[in-house]
Amino acid sequence: MTPPTHLQNKQSDPDSKPQGQETLTLTLDGEEVTFFAGETIYEVAERHRKEVPTLCYDPRLEPFGACRLCVVELEGARNPVASCTTQAQPGMSIKTKTPAIEEHRKVLLEMVVSENDGIEVDPLRGYASQELSTLVDRYGADTGRFQGAQSGCSKFEDDNPFILRDYNKCISCYRCVRVCAEQEGDYAISIKGRGFETQITTEFDGLLKDSACTFCGQCVQTCPTGALADRKALRAEGQDGELQKTRTICTYCGVGCSVDLVTQEDRLVAVQPAMDGPANEGALCVKGQFAFDFVQNPDRLKKPLIRREDGELHEAEWEEALQRAADGFLKALDEHGRHSVYAIASGRAPSEAAYTLQKWIRSGFGTNYIDNCSRA
Amino acid sequence: MSNPLVDMEKPDVIFCIGTNMTECHPVAATRLKRAIAKGAKLIVADPRRIDLAEMADLYLPLTVGTDVALLLGMAHVIQREGLVDQSFVENRTRDAEDFFKHLGEFTPKWAQSICGVPAEDIEKAALWYGQGQPSAIYYTLGITEHICGVDNVKSLCNLALMTGNIGKEGSGINPMRGQNNVQGCGDAGGLPNNYPGFQAVTKPEHQEKFEKHYGRDIDLENGITKVTAFDQCGDGIRAMLIDGENTVVSDPDRNHCQHALESLDHLVVIDLFMNETTELADVVFPATSWAETDGVCTNTERRVQRLRAAVPPVGEAKPDWWIISQIAQRMNIPGFEFSSAKEVFNELCSLSPLYQGLDWDLIDKGEYQWPVPYKGHPGTPTLHQEKFENGRGIFTKVVYRDPAETISEDFPIWLTTGRRLQSYHTHTQTGRSAGIDYLLPGESLEIHPEDVMSLGLKDGDWCLLSSQRGSVKIRVEATARSPKGTVFSSFSFSDVPVNVLTGSGYDPVTQTAELKVCPVRIEPVKS
Repeated sequence: MTPPTHLQNKQSDPDSKPQGQETLTLTLDGEEVTFFAGETIYEVAERHRKEVPTLCYDPRLEPFGACRLCVVELEGARNPVASCTTQAQPGMSIKTKTPAIEEHRKVLLEMVVSENDGIEVDPLRGYASQELSTLVDRYGADTGRFQGAQSGCSKFEDDNPFILRDYNKCISCYRCVRVCAEQEGDYAISIKGRGFETQITTEFDGLLKDSACTFCGQCVQTCPTGALADRKALRAEGQDGELQKTRTICTYCGVGCSVDLVTQEDRLVAVQPAMDGPANEGALCVKGQFAFDFVQNPDRLKKPLIRREDGELHEAEWEEALQRAADGFLKALDEHGRHSVYAIASGRAPSEAAYTLQKWIRSGFGTNYIDNCSRA
Repeated sequence: MSNPLVDMEKPDVIFCIGTNMTECHPVAATRLKRAIAKGAKLIVADPRRIDLAEMADLYLPLTVGTDVALLLGMAHVIQREGLVDQSFVENRTRDAEDFFKHLGEFTPKWAQSICGVPAEDIEKAALWYGQGQPSAIYYTLGITEHICGVDNVKSLCNLALMTGNIGKEGSGINPMRGQNNVQGCGDAGGLPNNYPGFQAVTKPEHQEKFEKHYGRDIDLENGITKVTAFDQCGDGIRAMLIDGENTVVSDPDRNHCQHALESLDHLVVIDLFMNETTELADVVFPATSWAETDGVCTNTERRVQRLRAAVPPVGEAKPDWWIISQIAQRMNIPGFEFSSAKEVFNELCSLSPLYQGLDWDLIDKGEYQWPVPYKGHPGTPTLHQEKFENGRGIFTKVVYRDPAETISEDFPIWLTTGRRLQSYHTHTQTGRSAGIDYLLPGESLEIHPEDVMSLGLKDGDWCLLSSQRGSVKIRVEATARSPKGTVFSSFSFSDVPVNVLTGSGYDPVTQTAELKVCPVRIEPVKS
């Protein structure tokens, strides 16, 4: 079972199937549907737009079967089965949404939330942070129905600037543990205790920076409750303005990860990975995830600068600066010829920058006196 | 890369050489880690015991600058053991006979005498790579930043050609490109030897095409490289426009570079921040940054992707293409009446055979990997599937050469340079992002603990690191990541300008600097 296939399933046509695979059928909510060998019931249901709730499911990860919210009725089975861990079989008859199943899910949700200190969290906490509160709303679950002890123990003493460890909101879905192991391959997050005492932790129960953690942020972005949260994004908590997302590509290395820039009015407040990004499929690294605020750093150049008679650079208007730049090149051309002007394009700027720069050299001077920064 | 990133999870055997992927291309490395978890064998060749080496099934700790010897030894074994893909060699390659004859003398024992890797490990690496169905090669600047960078790449090509590990799923020769758009920059023609789309400037049909497009006479020969241009500054070269590069800090031999730029009559720099390079300029233009710019970039797997502005520009910052076009207009150069990035990109598509089937709207979802030769073409995730661009894959008789400078009594230690996970290049962006300093507060020199002792130093001490070109003061970090006799530092921090030291030599073909090898001396110094 490969993660990319899962990702594609989510967006694909319900009737699409991998080429060369035998067509198998089962009955889903009274309708005969096709599936292919190896699919779980959850995947088949998801592909056919059934809204089966989950909390421990991340399409990139191996099925885990911890939250039991995805249970469905399977004809012939004594109890409801977890759809995420049950393989689809030809001839199965499945109901995804009976009154009994829906009531079962609601009670489960009520029990889950009874252990938490609150479920409404700021969406700035992370990509999946609204999953629990959304399901509670959808099922009209009563957050005060079960009164009891709370589980989890937040680790606020970890003062790293990137990841807030607010385990009071943890529901032990293990998505963070699994994403760190299965997707990131770092195995930095582990578990101590069992049952009610279960606690997400790291080796020797210490700080993230003393563990194998690379601060890639994948645990933050898969957490369905905001228990692991983007501390940099939370700097904007409580500020005015709706949150908006813009899809672009990370600015650092050549892998070309797709990201969503989270903005609030004119402020860049966070970066979230694009789960359907072709190069990264939801993964980022510490730079792509957290090193974005250079963009609105006060040191940014805001106006053109010209070196004046005093030998210093001074702010200037665009018109004067552009003319001064052009005049300098015209003077070189006039006094020293076409081969006295050279340009260096940037591997950091968009292709339009390199294109116009090489065109300027080639069409303006008739030379090939252009290079880029890739030789160093 | 010859193959797409998704292919990283498909090989039997992955050979990583000169790539510190977990730090420099961390998200690509997650795929590699998944491949290992699924049972792929990993061979890592690197002078330093980097994280990848720790993950490897077989680690080849070669001496800096000796890749050619290691790879010749491997090729020798592949041939000797009958692992050559005969039908691939016959149908797809050329000059094989000469090459195979050439291999005879380069035994693993010979290779060991140069690269220091035990002969039996060279044998094992060759057997694994030769038997993998398929095997894939991944490399980065550890291969190219040498005086023999081209020889290193050709040595890797020889291995892939002998074993038929090119042009099929999960195989290939895969350089990981360093900067977000260094691929796109070359694609767009930012090179002295190619018009947009890697159309050689020396070919008459290309000359005719662009002469017509520009409506003027043009040079028929390659331009000079940046390295040569810097040598000619103040002499032949009098004016320069640098777009978005802090060349004074990122280039080798900093003093030479600074002197070159100071000798110009006219220097114009476009950038986001003041830095060591803008300080030398006559005119500085403020560019819009990443999150403020619409445009296109191309990643290491040749995927052409859209950048979208999310916030308005800071101050009066403008897109690079606009600034350059405005300068061109003020010089009365025609063809710069662009009003959007879309117009610029679509003109590039119309002139580049690799992008001919693309336009601004088509690349909205980033589905295409070039070449896309015509509209309706699905793109080309894997190169060289049916045939090579130039007909046949050519075997090259590569020979080993020593680095430009070798260790001596005065400079008895090898310095190799690179990058660190938390910092990007000259740190102008990561250094201004809150929290990065929590993980990486400053620069240090990674020295093997036994060398630290024998140099009379302790972990955390300061030392003076000197080469033939200069000295820098740097903090000592005792770590077994460095082998004995070799030390490492990045060039990210302007207060520890390591590129004062580098620049011993350049590849004769590409003029890429030998940033990975520099003999140095280390002396204790008071803080």
